[in-house]
Amino acid sequence: MHSLEERANNRSARNGWFLSTPALVILTFAAVGPLFIMLVYSFLEAGQYGNVEWAFSTDGWVATLFTRDIFDDTVSLADAHLTIFWRSVKLSLLTTALTFAVGFPTAWFIATRPPKARALWLFLITIPFWTNLLIRTFAINEIIRTEGVLNTVLKKLGLIETPLQIIYTDTAVLIGMTYVYLPLMVLPLFAAIDRFDMRLLEACYDLYASRWRALTRVIVPIVKPGIVAGSILVFIPSLGAYVTPRILGGGKNMMIGNFIELQFGQGRNWPLGAALSVVLLVIVATALLFYVRAVNREVRHD
Amino acid sequence: MSETAVEVRSVSKHFGQGDHTIRALDDVSVTIGKGEFFTLLGPSGCGKTTLLRLIAGFESPTSGAIHLEGQDITDLPPNKRPVNTVFQSYALFPHLTVAQNVGFGLEMLGRPKAEVKATAERMLALVKLEALAGRKVSQLSGGQQQRVALARALAPQPKVLLLDEPLSALDLKLRKEMQIELKRLQHETGITFIFVTHDQEEALTMSDRIAVMSTGHIRQIGAPREIYTRPTSRFVADFIGETNFLTVEARGGAADLGAGTRIETAKTGRVTLAVRPEHVRLTPAGAAGALPATVTNAVYFGTDMHVYLTLQDGTEVVARQQTQADPSAEPAPGQTVGVTFAPGAVQLLED
Amino acid sequence: MTKRPFSVARLPGFTGTAIAVFLALYLPIVILVVYSFNKGNSVAVWQGLSLDWYAKAWANTAVKEATVRSLIIAVSAALISTAAATMAALGTTRRKAFKGQTFIYVMINQPLMVPEIVTAVALLIFFAWIKVTTGIQGLGYLIAAHSAFCIPFAYLPIRARLEGMDLSLETAAADLYASPWATFRRVTLPLLAPGIIAGAMLAFVISLDDVVITEFVKSGGQDTLPTFMLGQLRRQLTPEINAISSVLLLLTVLLLTAFFLLTKRQDH
Repeated sequence: MHSLEERANNRSARNGWFLSTPALVILTFAAVGPLFIMLVYSFLEAGQYGNVEWAFSTDGWVATLFTRDIFDDTVSLADAHLTIFWRSVKLSLLTTALTFAVGFPTAWFIATRPPKARALWLFLITIPFWTNLLIRTFAINEIIRTEGVLNTVLKKLGLIETPLQIIYTDTAVLIGMTYVYLPLMVLPLFAAIDRFDMRLLEACYDLYASRWRALTRVIVPIVKPGIVAGSILVFIPSLGAYVTPRILGGGKNMMIGNFIELQFGQGRNWPLGAALSVVLLVIVATALLFYVRAVNREVRHD
Repeated sequence: MSETAVEVRSVSKHFGQGDHTIRALDDVSVTIGKGEFFTLLGPSGCGKTTLLRLIAGFESPTSGAIHLEGQDITDLPPNKRPVNTVFQSYALFPHLTVAQNVGFGLEMLGRPKAEVKATAERMLALVKLEALAGRKVSQLSGGQQQRVALARALAPQPKVLLLDEPLSALDLKLRKEMQIELKRLQHETGITFIFVTHDQEEALTMSDRIAVMSTGHIRQIGAPREIYTRPTSRFVADFIGETNFLTVEARGGAADLGAGTRIETAKTGRVTLAVRPEHVRLTPAGAAGALPATVTNAVYFGTDMHVYLTLQDGTEVVARQQTQADPSAEPAPGQTVGVTFAPGAVQLLED
Repeated sequence: MTKRPFSVARLPGFTGTAIAVFLALYLPIVILVVYSFNKGNSVAVWQGLSLDWYAKAWANTAVKEATVRSLIIAVSAALISTAAATMAALGTTRRKAFKGQTFIYVMINQPLMVPEIVTAVALLIFFAWIKVTTGIQGLGYLIAAHSAFCIPFAYLPIRARLEGMDLSLETAAADLYASPWATFRRVTLPLLAPGIIAGAMLAFVISLDDVVITEFVKSGGQDTLPTFMLGQLRRQLTPEINAISSVLLLLTVLLLTAFFLLTKRQDH
């Protein structure tokens, strides 16, 4: 009789796999599988006109950090590459910090509205979240361009003589990424604050806490999972950003994403592009692992 | 019990494996007669709902067999068993109307549309909801949903109707009404009802027979009066109503409590006796044949009062007394009194 | 002077910041839409109201072709991913945890975890190799890529709906003589429908909006609306782009509103 249950369980597992098969096949073919092929390509020789030659080579990997002098074959650190890596990390961290600085008050504001109004404010933050990233970058572009809305208005008001050069700087990329990734910070923060028991604040004030102390000693520690989630959600796409730096940063202020693309275009170095993609993937995986461990720690604390 | 409706034969149900195995039911056997109102009573986690789900076919037993009117149904899936359930949550289909819900079972059995419709109407009339046939179930009150759930389970005319704490979500007044309603329906339809509850009062009022369960075992089966007056185990005596437990030494074929109360028993050594508070009588101190006791507390609650007593050996006993017109005639803390027991009221427990 | 009453939830400066954030979020989008109605060809200097740029975009063959292509891809990807996601959701919820379930979760959510640019590069490499070896061309590659990254978006609302569903309803159906298939068709599927529609709508929006993966996977002459717009950005900016953006924006907002109404109604 015991086997009856076991049989039912086995059937359940078989059905689970069976029903998941179409999704798994699509994902293997057009998402996961190609990642492994990319890894293989990073160890091949670059073809002269793009693509690869089927011969083993570590040149792609070496080229991520070093350049080989075309005349005397000496290998030296590639400063240009390091600059791009540093810019990517710096801008991603700054974007995360900025979105948190303005996103936390926003999430708090939404979470403390009366239920009906809260749904509306939440909807207002969700619309940009689902709106085409390109359109939003484009909207920011129109504001901060040299002949854009901001400069036009400032000139009309007589505040400036020559237009401000914001576009095609790191600042432009930072503004753009903060703008496009802000909802990714606000939504998890909201979810955490929404669960926060406001009676704890009453207890805080009852026990003589100032607003600032209540914020730093009670609110922030309790909503920390939301802060970690929001930070990861902003940091990861920032690091891999492609559209925003391409439009707002111009050709000079590249981030890793644009640098990778370059290898498949003018750079004609597919193995280097593949190697860089693997590096990016590893960094992101590390960040995610850190996130999962942080969440698990929180769960254990509860 | 003329004919057998359901027979449960040494059924065990274990959940989980290895060290985490939970024995929800441990070698349970019970026979339920045709047309009976049979109640499974016990605290949460005693296995009563598991037993019901096994009879319905939602779970399969780890070992043992279940027979319905003499036929082994252990391996039949629920949709092949002529048994229907009234769920605790009612489980009404939110996307269907009241009438569609009630007709669902017959429709699945492939009955002609006209018959389905007619039966649904008849069933709704039976539970006095004919006016709401076209409503969505979300538009009904809790009591109305309960009636729809009943009508839906009765519509296919099952051989046995299973009711899983169906009244627990209703408020007190509605619950009393539904208790009477359920008895009426059972009487009118003649269907065997197996009713699960943790409410002893509900069980005592409605059932023909009760099975008291705890930790996966049936502790006692009997008519309500028998269960209440003749509990055989400490668990049953304690779970149903209030009880005083007295421990005495049994020797020479009897346990002597003193106060003229002797219970015959073949056991020797320490045995436990149970006596209900309403069967404990107070006499003036020093009365012949009474056990001397001290009043420690007296709690008044309207028609009755509870008198807390300590016997000479330190045993604590509660007596339930009618209140008097003159409060000074009632026992007061510190007072010394005598205690006797109503004849035949003391029950020897087997454990 | 009126003193504001004490409120535990108020933190100084928070409301002001929040209002500023909402203004900053919407102002650029509003300006973008406003200038789509500009008479002149500037996207910063207002020269009067007109619908010229909408007419111009409508008459532009490249825009029309890109729109049709975008819609074909988005509809196909939404259908394929929703079908696969519905099956996967049924396979991975409401049953005893089974071996490999975590693997399936990770696979399904993989597109959410890997940076788009990495997937884009991997697909470029893989599809280029297939194209060279088999010689097969066509929209199939884009549809396959879109179907894959739309799966988690379709999966989430369907799974949420399934998990919120009262298990006893299906038990009740079985109790009332419904066979497993009848239970699925008569009870599970109708109750699941809002989740499936919501999932399909999200998948459609996500596919319609995609830039990066499409940009890498597309062959010559396979521009979708977003990649067409990205290409235009390199040239002289005219309000034609604003007009196209506004239409896309409107479509997204409409679909999202429908999505919210759909998922909200299930709470009742």
